[in-house]
Amino acid sequence: MSQARTSTRRTIAAHAVLITYTLIALFPVFVVVINSFKSRKAIFSEPLALPSASTFDAVGYRTVLEQGDFLLYFQNSLTVTVASLFFVLLFGAMAAFALSEYRFRGNLLMGLYLALGIMIPIRLGTVAILQMMVAGGLVNTLTALILVYTAQGLPLAVFILSEFMRGVSDDLKSAGRIDGLSEYRIFFTLVLPLIRPAMATVAVFTMIPIWNDLWFPLILAPAESSKTVTLGSQVFIGQFVTNWNAVLAALSLAILPVLVLYLAFSRQLIRGITAGAVK
Amino acid sequence: MAERKPIRWHIAVFLAPAVAVYTAIMIVPLFATLNLSLFNLVDGVKSFVGLDNFRTLFGDPRWSASFWNALGNNAWFFVVHMLVQNPIGVALAALLSSPRLRMAAFYRTAIFIPTILSFVIVGFVWKLILSPIWGIAPGMLDAVGLKALFAPWLGKEAYALTTLALISVWQFVGIPMMLIYAALLSIPDEVLEAAEMDGVTGASQFWKIKLPLILPSIGIISILTFVGNFNAFDLIYVSQGALAGPNYATDILGTFLYRTFFGFQLQLGDPHMGASIATAMFLIILAGVSVYLFAIQTRLRRYQF
Repeated sequence: MSQARTSTRRTIAAHAVLITYTLIALFPVFVVVINSFKSRKAIFSEPLALPSASTFDAVGYRTVLEQGDFLLYFQNSLTVTVASLFFVLLFGAMAAFALSEYRFRGNLLMGLYLALGIMIPIRLGTVAILQMMVAGGLVNTLTALILVYTAQGLPLAVFILSEFMRGVSDDLKSAGRIDGLSEYRIFFTLVLPLIRPAMATVAVFTMIPIWNDLWFPLILAPAESSKTVTLGSQVFIGQFVTNWNAVLAALSLAILPVLVLYLAFSRQLIRGITAGAVK
Repeated sequence: MAERKPIRWHIAVFLAPAVAVYTAIMIVPLFATLNLSLFNLVDGVKSFVGLDNFRTLFGDPRWSASFWNALGNNAWFFVVHMLVQNPIGVALAALLSSPRLRMAAFYRTAIFIPTILSFVIVGFVWKLILSPIWGIAPGMLDAVGLKALFAPWLGKEAYALTTLALISVWQFVGIPMMLIYAALLSIPDEVLEAAEMDGVTGASQFWKIKLPLILPSIGIISILTFVGNFNAFDLIYVSQGALAGPNYATDILGTFLYRTFFGFQLQLGDPHMGASIATAMFLIILAGVSVYLFAIQTRLRRYQF
């Protein structure tokens, strides 16, 4: 009986700690979102109060939508993220299949070569990447960003996907070969559908840093027409730094898309992490 | 005589796109950058100068002062992460993994949210909260009677770097939490049951049974933290600008590289010195990764279940 009591007390303590930390984690986001809907006066006088009928004001959102070209930035971010994600997943899965399915000379070496990029950040090559993009006339294009992010995402994608592909049943592939399927058909019609859960995990891991990156948009594509949401909101906030309504509204708008994506994929993300990619 | 095996072209086709993009955009520029650090402009012509750039970086008092300042700040940034972020992450994961805990999925999802936000959001949100003008932080401290403790933390040389490091900890604590959580879940029940039979429960079970089993994951987290910290840039740039104020107190290698390469205010950008700094960062990260791979990882005992 005393054991039951200590375990109850321990559970309560655990919840107390976790709730406290959850509040710490969510508090800043909460503060920004509630204040983005309030009038300037209310933001300053009652920063922690929820917007009420008398303090509600969407002037910040109007400023953002009128001043900044957020729709374009959003579209740019979406194009870059989706295109990079597509190439990372396709090329990564193809390379992972080659490495995990076939025995050939240099297999291990190739695996190590591709894994190098997990540890060495691509940013260190920025100086030469910029020179290359200037030489190729790709500065201020989304293509430059897509190329860089594809290269950035590949090492981890190949690593995780080849782990998963080793687990795909050999019988299935042998059956395909006996039926006369080409190696390409085996990959695209038999293996790819089976590793969809792993692909989703890789997608989330790849997507978040691409969407949030500031370094490469700032350096490779700072033009108005190729700005991403992250760079766009950074510049916007820099210009409107004293217009608190606009700043808070811009921040809320920037939080929204990632939050929606995360909540949609979070189950998949957690399953992927706990599936033993890191042991 | 055995027939030679035909060349299996499909292997090349499967590998080619990934290897081509990776080599062209990542490996070649990396080595081109390392190579560029050996050149500089002499009388307006790009010429080979050997290690002269590094002599300037470490020998010239102006350059070396900036470099060591950035490296020292970066080291402190890393220390704060190791001392605060990783222990908190482990503790949260240990709590989350306790059996029959309700709402675990909710806590996990919520605590991970800051990690998915961009640095732009994180930097400005905290700048607003800590701002002495808006006053959420001073107001809250006032409510608990600690108003005297408030200072414009981001504006004071003595506190700015630590404050930024703690903001970064706030943002990234979800990563160690998730990885350790996964490691804790992968400990088989038999091991824990055996421990309970022997009367090892609660905290002592954590210290004596679980912690040794998750040490390899803690090793991975440490090296990820190291690489991430010595490559950091965005948070400082967003909240303090490229000058990493006040008075370079928050300058780390990433912002130093950015300023040198692109120039700021009156100083012109210098790709050669920029490449030299990138090379120095490369060597630091390589050294850290090697220490981990050869000295730490080989000594960690791994348990097969």
